[in-house]
Amino acid sequence: MTNDLDIFVGNTTLIDEEVYQLWLDGYSVSEAVSQRLRAGALEQPGAGPGAGPGAVLHSDTLDHYRTCHMLERLLHAPPKLAHQLLFQIPPERQAGLIQRYYAFDEPFVRELLGKKLSKGTKKDLDDVSAKTGITLKSCRRQFDNFKRVFKAVEELRGPLVDNIQQHFLLPDRLARDYAAIVFFANSRFETGKKKLQYLSFRDFAACAQHLIQHWTLGAVDSHVDDMDVDLDKEFLQELKELKVLVADKDLLDQHKSLVCTALRGKISVYNEMETNFKNLSRGLVNIACKLTHAKDLRDFFVDLVEKFIEPCKADRWPPSDMRLFLTQYTGSAHALDAFRHQALWDRYMNTVTACLLQMYHD
Amino acid sequence: MPGKLKVKIVAGRHLPVMDRASDLTDAFVEVKFGNTTFKTDVYPKSLNPQWNSEWFKFEVDDEELQDEPLQITVLDHDTYSANDAIGKVYIDIDPLLYSEAATVISGWFPIYDTIHGIRGEINVVVKVDLFNDLNRFRQSSCGVKFFCTTSIPKCYRAVVIHGFVEELVVNEDPEYQWIDRIRTPRASNEARQRLISLMSGELQRKIGLKVLEMRGNAVVGYLQCFDLEGESGLVVRAIGTACTLDKLSSTSAFLPACNSPSKEMKEIPFNEDPNPNTHSSGPSTPLKNQTYSFSPSKSYSRQSSSSDTDLSLTPKTGMGSGSAGKEGGPFKALLRQQTQSALEQREFPFFTLTSFPPGFLVHVGGVVSARSVKLLDRIHNPDEPETRDAWWAEIRQEIKSHAKALGCHAVVGYSESTSICEEVCILSASGTAAVLNPRFLQDGTMEGCLDQRLSWQPGFFSIGSEKGEVDFFPQSQDSSSLLGIEETSPAGCGFCHIPYDELNMPFPAHLTYCYNCRKQKVPDVLFTTIDLPVEAMVIGKGCLIQARLCRLKKKAQAEANATVISNLLPFMEYEVHTQLMNKLKLRGMNALFGLRIQISVGENMLVGLASATGVYLTALPTPGGIQIAGKTPNDGTYEQHISHMQKKINDTIAKNKEIYEINPPEIPEEIIGSPIPEPRQRSKLLRSQSESSDEVTELDLSHGKKDAFVLEIDDTDAMEDVHSLLTDAPPPPGFYSCNTEIMPGINNWTPEIQMFTSVRVSRLSNITLTNQMLNKNFNDLCENLLKSLYFKLRSMIPCCLCHVNFTVALPEDELIQVAVTAVAITFDKNQALQTSKVPAEKSLQRASTDNEEQLQFPLELCSDPLASQPFSPAKEVLESASSHTGIPAAQRVASLDKASPLAEGHARHRSVPCSTNSTVTVVKMTPLSFIPGAKITKYLGIINMFFIRETTSLREEGGVSGFLHAFIAEVFAMVRAHVAALGGNAVVSYIMKQCVFMENPNKNQAQCLVNREGPTEEESTDTCKGRKECETGDGETEVRRD
Repeated sequence: MTNDLDIFVGNTTLIDEEVYQLWLDGYSVSEAVSQRLRAGALEQPGAGPGAGPGAVLHSDTLDHYRTCHMLERLLHAPPKLAHQLLFQIPPERQAGLIQRYYAFDEPFVRELLGKKLSKGTKKDLDDVSAKTGITLKSCRRQFDNFKRVFKAVEELRGPLVDNIQQHFLLPDRLARDYAAIVFFANSRFETGKKKLQYLSFRDFAACAQHLIQHWTLGAVDSHVDDMDVDLDKEFLQELKELKVLVADKDLLDQHKSLVCTALRGKISVYNEMETNFKNLSRGLVNIACKLTHAKDLRDFFVDLVEKFIEPCKADRWPPSDMRLFLTQYTGSAHALDAFRHQALWDRYMNTVTACLLQMYHD
Repeated sequence: MPGKLKVKIVAGRHLPVMDRASDLTDAFVEVKFGNTTFKTDVYPKSLNPQWNSEWFKFEVDDEELQDEPLQITVLDHDTYSANDAIGKVYIDIDPLLYSEAATVISGWFPIYDTIHGIRGEINVVVKVDLFNDLNRFRQSSCGVKFFCTTSIPKCYRAVVIHGFVEELVVNEDPEYQWIDRIRTPRASNEARQRLISLMSGELQRKIGLKVLEMRGNAVVGYLQCFDLEGESGLVVRAIGTACTLDKLSSTSAFLPACNSPSKEMKEIPFNEDPNPNTHSSGPSTPLKNQTYSFSPSKSYSRQSSSSDTDLSLTPKTGMGSGSAGKEGGPFKALLRQQTQSALEQREFPFFTLTSFPPGFLVHVGGVVSARSVKLLDRIHNPDEPETRDAWWAEIRQEIKSHAKALGCHAVVGYSESTSICEEVCILSASGTAAVLNPRFLQDGTMEGCLDQRLSWQPGFFSIGSEKGEVDFFPQSQDSSSLLGIEETSPAGCGFCHIPYDELNMPFPAHLTYCYNCRKQKVPDVLFTTIDLPVEAMVIGKGCLIQARLCRLKKKAQAEANATVISNLLPFMEYEVHTQLMNKLKLRGMNALFGLRIQISVGENMLVGLASATGVYLTALPTPGGIQIAGKTPNDGTYEQHISHMQKKINDTIAKNKEIYEINPPEIPEEIIGSPIPEPRQRSKLLRSQSESSDEVTELDLSHGKKDAFVLEIDDTDAMEDVHSLLTDAPPPPGFYSCNTEIMPGINNWTPEIQMFTSVRVSRLSNITLTNQMLNKNFNDLCENLLKSLYFKLRSMIPCCLCHVNFTVALPEDELIQVAVTAVAITFDKNQALQTSKVPAEKSLQRASTDNEEQLQFPLELCSDPLASQPFSPAKEVLESASSHTGIPAAQRVASLDKASPLAEGHARHRSVPCSTNSTVTVVKMTPLSFIPGAKITKYLGIINMFFIRETTSLREEGGVSGFLHAFIAEVFAMVRAHVAALGGNAVVSYIMKQCVFMENPNKNQAQCLVNREGPTEEESTDTCKGRKECETGDGETEVRRD
């Protein structure tokens, strides 16, 4: 005897948290059933004695999967979920469902960061799936989520995070992460190089946040389209002016002596710093000057690692020393009489400092 | 021209994309009522159009207002081709026709299409201006209220219960008209939906007229059914109980009434002892009365192949009054006559109600049922209702005579149903024979005192039953004096006493003296179709008991088929009955309530499914165990096997007793020695005769105790039976289930409820089927379904599934479809333990503690958990989270004094429609007549909907399961939307009447494909046409105050 049809519909839509997660994780019904069996679902109170081996679970799982499947359409446009009449779900549960649907696996997003959210990328997801051990289904869902959010906020005015929150009803932290993903996808920063492998999604997300806050159009004018997505072109252009800091030998020496005086006896790697100062300063300023070129902009993080982090790591700078150095390095420039781009310098250095500190770890 | 209907189309949202090119829609709306149509402007290129139309006004008769639904069609404007329909909304404007119900319908309605399901929503405002028209020849019945609830609705008071009303309307089924061959499936479905909507409107109006004729103002227990007869037509029929109801305007209104016992006392001489059968007896071995009649021709010659009823045995004339005159005093005779005359005026003394005001039911005789097999193709005039009217009249007549045979003059908990397969139709009716208290039935001069009569209860019940720990003896004394019923027996057992003559029993049965009052005879088991009466005394908890049975039947045509079926029916009834009896004993219980037996007919089998709630009534004897007797002795292993089985059975009984907390007092011997003190001297005098038979009591009792039910195992069949008995697993810990409104022994519901519908269709493997295999399969199907439900709802533990309603259908060969609708209600476990312990110590517990919840009128005030904070009204809005329930009675009573709960409720309700823009109103639904933790402040009217859904892309919709799942979700959504638009926030008494699911594999085509190339078998399913019709939920809406 086989069941041709087997459904359960509640006036209040029931969604088992555990099954929802299995569904999100992209498991098939039978995989989900065996996972639940292993997790001991049948030992739960409602199962009762002699519940058929997995039959009850199978029916239950199928049913939830069907509900999830029907819900998915609504989850694509979360504000609809609050207005739709088909499923009666208490608001707090709705929020939970949305949040879980839009949650992502960090290893997965790390792979995708900075890549174009195109069909081509989607086709290559099976490699990502194989590499990360996340099911292809789940990869696709996450990819589609990124793309959907990207499309929705691409052309909108106003702060990126707010837009995401408003259109997808996500909690603050998740909205920020999405903002970072959108930002990276738009600017196509290189993150896949071997040198950058040690960096996690969290590192990049933090960097993205700094970049969005200080380097985009929105940082100066809050009423432009794409204000948080695109970097401030004018600013990048102006950055060329900083060249003088390394090109003018006097200025460079002056800068060095100021920093050295301030840091003498305060950091453990003083000698290394002193010998390396010119290299480091040149590295940082050169990065700034090249940002107008699309290629160099994409390599921003690679350059930071190559030009600054790697030399420091080689000399075993403790992070606290690096912090002190960067603060002094930025601050001392104000004392240089010949240097007139103080505001520009601060806007550049503050963000770079924040990024470097975030990225400086093993 | 007594009415003006005004409609405004405000806006739409989430519309589907109708123009692929622009991904947008140019939507406009047609509003149609009767033959008048209005249109809005086209709102171009939007999925969220804002029409903001003018008010469309229809000037119509009130007759039309009652019959016609308002039709709203949303279309996509197309310049070059025909406009495409997006979908429709039907709005029943009936709720606007009562003076006190909703005044406006306003809200978002899902736009529904029979092919695509819900496609967006539309915001509509509807108003009705009714002009007073005193035309006495009018054909409308505006203002008669309809309730599906099978008890007197809360916030109303029954002034008079008039009695049975029925009506039947026939029409040609559009699906079988010639035109159906050339029109689209959508047009056909819409024609059908509209027709049924019209017919149910007409039916309701006609019933309303009958009620007005009877001078009533409401129908309670309204049950509407559809018979899709196919070729011969489409029948919509309804039964109900006409009543005169009075709205309880405010809480203070009834307080004085219950505080004036003096008035009540005057009544006493009138209703002496409505309990006259000191002597008469006859057990209600329940299912005793069935007749199977089959009438192939129009002449209703009955070939009564009756199983165990012989009507001629019972005295036909005046049995009731005769026996009363013999034994009772003059008062009794008077009473009897009164009752008799009050009831005999009526053609059918039937009541569709299942729960009654205390004191209404005097005695319960047992279940009466009648079935009859008819051939639909033999109807001479298929378009006229006469033939069907005559069929039903015949069945009702039979029920009436069965009731008489049981010494009862009325039938309560009455219901009717049909099962149709091709041209064969089984008509069934069942109810519970009962003796009623005439006070509630008379109209005219009696009305005045009835007013008083029905208003006593709050005082008594809120004190006594709320606590749940008051000893029942003093309490029942209270009750009887308050009630003015001078009963010798406590109210808690009176209804169990047999109404028939012991010497002239309609069937053999085992009688004992009542375990409660020791005065009157009771049967050893009691089967009824009603809810557990509020005054009944129960030990432990109840449980759902089901008997399931399949019988193979040869395929046959027409008359031969009908004959086969009517020959099978008695055997099925018998077996169902035996199963019920065994299962009842296995659980150590002695009474069944809410019994509902459904027999469905299919091409090659009959299926019987009986559900009931078993309880242990203190008034009835402790059931004996089940003994197994083998037929072939002298065989060691066999004997061993038997004794093993016996042990298993005994263990199960013991375990069940523990699960359901059945621990009856073990002191009958002592109690017999010291009879319960008579509450009143006077009654003692009246019962001189009964005293002489006191000795017999003891004898009977001892007999009763030892009596065990013997099961003989003489062949493998019987073996199977025993096995199947034991396979019924009890619900997992933390779960209880029943098919009645409330669960005996649970009285502290918390406000979390979840109503659900679950459907399973099972395909039987078509290898040579045997009855045994069928039975096992069917049994497994039901058991697994229940198990799944428990598992699904495990997060609600501790909880109780109430009103578990199974329906079984045989849509095709080898397919069994089982649908369940029920509500899971959580309760407070700690409280439950406490209350169940207290009575355990006292050995007795009143069912009324929780029953009281569903009592009609003022009572709900006291049962409202809201009352837990009567002194902090500010908190009330936040209430739903609060879970304190067990409140001292005093505090509860205090809440009665609270002045303005109603006003608050209204204020809130007003604001609901306005706020719908921001969020969707939460609408709770339940098949019960109440919602725990909430108070019904207003009934907004009946919601009666019928939906058809069809698909041509079954696979895309996720197969049959996906299709039906989505559809049922849509049905719920549409019911909720209508309720919210009426300004309500809950549906009570939800019923899904019919759920026909048809899957047309389009056999020729499918087979063709399969035969041609094997691997494309999958594709053949794709050409399937899944299709389903569902008539659902009429329930009343209400406004709830949280």
